[in-house]
Amino acid sequence: MVIADTQLKEEDKTQSENIITGGMRITGVKISYYFICHTKLWLFSHNITLEKEHDNVNIGKFLHEDRYKRDSKEITIDQTISIDFIWKGDTIVLHEIKKTKSMEAAHRWQMLYYLYYLKSKGISATGEINYPLVSKKEEIVLLEKDESEMENVINDIRKIAMGRMPPPKKIRICPKCAYYEFCFGDEV
Amino acid sequence: MKEDYYITQDGGLTRHENTVYFENENTKRALPVNKIYSIYAYGRLSFSSGVVDYLAKSGIPIHFFNYYGFYEGSFYPRETLISGDLTVKQASNYLDSAKRLILAKSFVEGACGNILRNLNYYAREMKSLETHIGGIDSEIARLPGTNTIPEVMNVEGRIRNLYYTALDEIFPENYRIIKRSRMPPGNRMNTLISFGNSLMYTTTLSEIYNTQLNPTISFLHEPFERRFSLALDVSEIFKPIIIDRVILKLVNKNMLDDACFRGEIGDMLLSEKGKKLFLTEYNEKLSTTIKHRGLEQNVSFKRLIRLELYKLVKHCLGEKEYKPLIMWW
Repeated sequence: MVIADTQLKEEDKTQSENIITGGMRITGVKISYYFICHTKLWLFSHNITLEKEHDNVNIGKFLHEDRYKRDSKEITIDQTISIDFIWKGDTIVLHEIKKTKSMEAAHRWQMLYYLYYLKSKGISATGEINYPLVSKKEEIVLLEKDESEMENVINDIRKIAMGRMPPPKKIRICPKCAYYEFCFGDEV
Repeated sequence: MKEDYYITQDGGLTRHENTVYFENENTKRALPVNKIYSIYAYGRLSFSSGVVDYLAKSGIPIHFFNYYGFYEGSFYPRETLISGDLTVKQASNYLDSAKRLILAKSFVEGACGNILRNLNYYAREMKSLETHIGGIDSEIARLPGTNTIPEVMNVEGRIRNLYYTALDEIFPENYRIIKRSRMPPGNRMNTLISFGNSLMYTTTLSEIYNTQLNPTISFLHEPFERRFSLALDVSEIFKPIIIDRVILKLVNKNMLDDACFRGEIGDMLLSEKGKKLFLTEYNEKLSTTIKHRGLEQNVSFKRLIRLELYKLVKHCLGEKEYKPLIMWW
């Protein structure tokens, strides 16, 4: 289901155009990668993807398909954002399901991005992130300070993607990442 | 865990729901699609279009070999992993002759390094090999001074000849190369080497398929030399590590007998028994694991091929200069 463009005020239009013009689509995944690893963000933006066989990714996919199919609807906007949502009275609440809380900041900013994007279309909403494996829920609300920070994030993502591949830096989560062998598979 | 399937009998592939079946008058075997990595067809294989469609969607290549075990072609599913950016950069490393030369030399360095590891192992007991090792050392020393691809290929050719001569001192008498003959293989060892090289090429190809590298853009070999010439380049590094070691084991441990070969001197091939034996040892070799120093994890020899390709991707992206794998074990 695709939302048709509603009548937008002039300033709102610029904001949403800003997100999808400038050459590269900014998707929620890219926002989350920005907060996880810039090398991963760069590789993903250049279509160097390695996710197909990785176990962790498969678990994530399955989790998503299994739960939440009952009450929620899925929405795709401008071929950029694809997300589940439900109505809570008059409010739209966006839903995301994640496996672990270890990348909480990344998940939070991804949700904030969806809220930001919808706001640019004149739609106000809140968000909820579900962690079914640890039975936790987190409510997300887009504040003004988040909006200005988001603009910086978007510009920075563009800059990174246009530049050279950031050299891999080993961090705690690297061995679990699908790109681990790619980044550190040299012998020496 | 996905696995490779090697089919040596004639038969047909059919599909029923989510399972692919291999069937002939003796047997009907189920191959669960989500567990297949690639299929190697050594027998005459027929398949319905339903199977083709299904394998294509699952990204499973089928590699076809002829009677002699020579590679004929592949059913290579539509590219699912493409990066325009990487393809352009890969091509630019070919188009720029200086960049191309650097990569071409790296492949020869890698092949030579692994060849020497093999020979040095046997040289501990056989002092006569020292002469050949010395010859190869002199050849490889010429590599930095070469300025064109034909010159690099000449160095590679001479190293390979010295290697074959050295191997003939290690092989038992009825398994000597004597002279390298390909179409058709002239004797038992040539049959084994040709069979093995074709196999290495296609395994490498399956790995390239799982990356965004374009298999037709090569550096040492000319891109028009074979359909997927990059597989030729990368195979050079792994032939000594995998194929030569399999052959050395089969031959030095007396695992082959007359029933493993068909034909006569001048025109030989492996029988079905011989092919099965080779493929079993090959698959076992590929599954052998080793502790990887960079990843601090165990990786299979097969995975080493993929890691090598990742290094090539990083080279093309300008991230890290490609240094070929030379056995450290």
